[in-house]
Amino acid sequence: MKKSVFLGALTVAGLTAGAAAAATLDDVKARGKLNCGVTTGLVGFAAPDANGEWQGFDVAVCRAVAAAVLGDPAAVEFVPTTGKTRFTALASGEIDLLARNTTWTFSRDTDLKFDFIGVNYYDGQGFMVPKSLGVTSAKELDGATVCIQTGTTTELNLADFFRINNISYEPVPIETNAEAQPLYLEGACDVYTTDASGLAATRAAFENPGDHVILPEIISKEPLGPLVRHGDNDWGDITMWVLNALIAAEEYGITSANIEEMSAGTNNPEINRILGTEGELGAMIGLDNAWGKRAIAAGGNYGEIFAKNIGEETPVGLARGLNAQWKDGGLLYAPPFR
Amino acid sequence: MSDTHSQLAFVRTEMLAQKEPPVAEKGVVKWVRSNLFSSWSNSILTVVALYLIVQLIMNAGPWFANGIWSTNSLAECREILQGASGGCFSVLSERWNQLLFGIAYPDTQYWRPTLAFVLMLVAASPVLFSKLPRGMLIFTGLYPFLAYWLIWGGTMMTSIIALLGFVAAYLAFRKAERAGFSIGLGAGIIAAVVVWKVLGMFAGELSILPLEEVPSRNMGGFMLNMMLGTICISLSLPIGIALALGRQSHMPIIKGISVVFIEFIRGVPLITLLFVANVVLGYFFPPETNMDLILRVIIMITMFASAYIAEVIRGGLAALPKGQYEAADSLGLDYTQAMRFIILPQALKISIPGIVNVAVGLFKDTTLVSVISMFDLVGMIRGPILASTEWNGVYWELYGFAALLFFITCYGISQYSQWLERQLRTDHR
Repeated sequence: MKKSVFLGALTVAGLTAGAAAAATLDDVKARGKLNCGVTTGLVGFAAPDANGEWQGFDVAVCRAVAAAVLGDPAAVEFVPTTGKTRFTALASGEIDLLARNTTWTFSRDTDLKFDFIGVNYYDGQGFMVPKSLGVTSAKELDGATVCIQTGTTTELNLADFFRINNISYEPVPIETNAEAQPLYLEGACDVYTTDASGLAATRAAFENPGDHVILPEIISKEPLGPLVRHGDNDWGDITMWVLNALIAAEEYGITSANIEEMSAGTNNPEINRILGTEGELGAMIGLDNAWGKRAIAAGGNYGEIFAKNIGEETPVGLARGLNAQWKDGGLLYAPPFR
Repeated sequence: MSDTHSQLAFVRTEMLAQKEPPVAEKGVVKWVRSNLFSSWSNSILTVVALYLIVQLIMNAGPWFANGIWSTNSLAECREILQGASGGCFSVLSERWNQLLFGIAYPDTQYWRPTLAFVLMLVAASPVLFSKLPRGMLIFTGLYPFLAYWLIWGGTMMTSIIALLGFVAAYLAFRKAERAGFSIGLGAGIIAAVVVWKVLGMFAGELSILPLEEVPSRNMGGFMLNMMLGTICISLSLPIGIALALGRQSHMPIIKGISVVFIEFIRGVPLITLLFVANVVLGYFFPPETNMDLILRVIIMITMFASAYIAEVIRGGLAALPKGQYEAADSLGLDYTQAMRFIILPQALKISIPGIVNVAVGLFKDTTLVSVISMFDLVGMIRGPILASTEWNGVYWELYGFAALLFFITCYGISQYSQWLERQLRTDHR
């Protein structure tokens, strides 16, 4: 009897969650705000500034989606999540979109019932060691103590890498990047491993960045992307094409500076379709035709967002690398807007 | 007799003036000798300790003295210091508001939590100091409603209706109490529910003194720690008393429920309960009626604290001699009367140190909410501030500030409890 009540309650909970998931767009519109999951803080990717305004590379995705759907890049409720709470927050419907440098993996996409809507940053796991250690390759790290964030794919990659190379290591589990920094500097671990972007950002904040080297090995593929719940494909389409619009905008040279000029109409039909002056793309995803224009106007195109938050001019100082447009030898390739 | 007197060579006729004690037996020298250098081993320890203190001052002194308070980023601090030792306190002067109030509390409204904090001290004082006029207790009763309105904002109606409900409950309780405590309690609950339902219908139309509404998720910083600590401790006291009495009850169901609750909650780490609050409860509510995260956390911490307080009070109850219970029975008092007038006043007095201990521990435990991504004081430091490009890498200054705030509060509580124990000591030791 008790069991059946419990199961019944679960079913009801599941049904309501499912019913809500089927109309995320309506929910967001009714609420007037996009609930967007971000990290509790990662340099360059998401952190609130002195005025409490969230800034960063992942945050820009949230703002672009909010601008496209609600017409206001500020209509976002940022929900900070940790590596452990992020998936339940999304699955339970607390957030509509998770933009939290999350690696796209098979099991997360299928078993956890999420849909990754694309990749906004191609990363890979690297190692940082003090120069004084005299190590030049990760394969020389036999017996090293390694600072590693728990609950992440980096933890699993690390185990795989050391097993493949038949060397041993001692893990020092840590919770956040901010905790790893002093531990590594104090010498509590010989090596710090996380995504290469995170290593670069961490090293940039050191008093003497020159005393530390990032080893050449990149031991994993870490395609970081935003994700939504599985099952609401309409909402997934909207977020996916907002991200694609940002990438395509860079390819076609639409910037926050010239967007007004271009939206008056250009002789490139692809640009016109993105900006909504030609075709009926908006209606196909349940939005008006100016959705793409608003998304790009929110924070600029992909290249501008990159340069502003994590590019070479910023303290994080990341090069475009794999994250360049396909025409420049990178992996960014937005499907045609047609 | 006068003869003998004259034969003596010298007779002192007046008292000698008191002499100064030898140098080694007085003042600083004696103190130093007896306290610092009384033996070889103590001398060595003293020298070592002095060396350590001097080292500490030599190293930490310049760090404080060279502290920089007005730059915009850690990089600028380092530029100014040029490798010299010095704290980068600019992070405190730039982010103090976030450390105290969180990232999203509107900065024009900081006076509200501040006022609520000051009023809390006023409201708590008649409870803490029995010499203050008893009339102040009325303000203590009003305070929770006032504080809710101040901190969360919105119209004052919500608070007033809630208050009226409690007033109605109290009046109904007094009326029905003659028929027995539990009947009175039932009447009180019914009266409160009726008042809330009836007045709730008119609430939307009236708007008294509306303040800007601040949703719960925008609470943060030390304010959040204070809120969680105060609310959870004050709620857990009555629940803890009820549980402790329930555990001693002769009625098997009540006893069973109390025992299972206490043992289960005490057997589970607080952090687990917080994860349940954050993660698991989310699945059981439909998304649109999502219960406040703060409310969920308050419920969990209150449950946790009340289980501990129940055990502390049970200790107090067990420490009372059996004669007290029998005396109450022989006076013809029923259960509630015996508890209210004889047992609990004594048991609670014995339990004070234990209760304060739980309170201090719980207050510090509120920082655990940073693990479930709430931005309390520690969460603010771990998350947003250390992840900003400007302040990535500032550790000592921030954690030192947090430690200072917590130390001041906890030391205050512990000093109070020591004072209270001295006040309540009736055994003329």
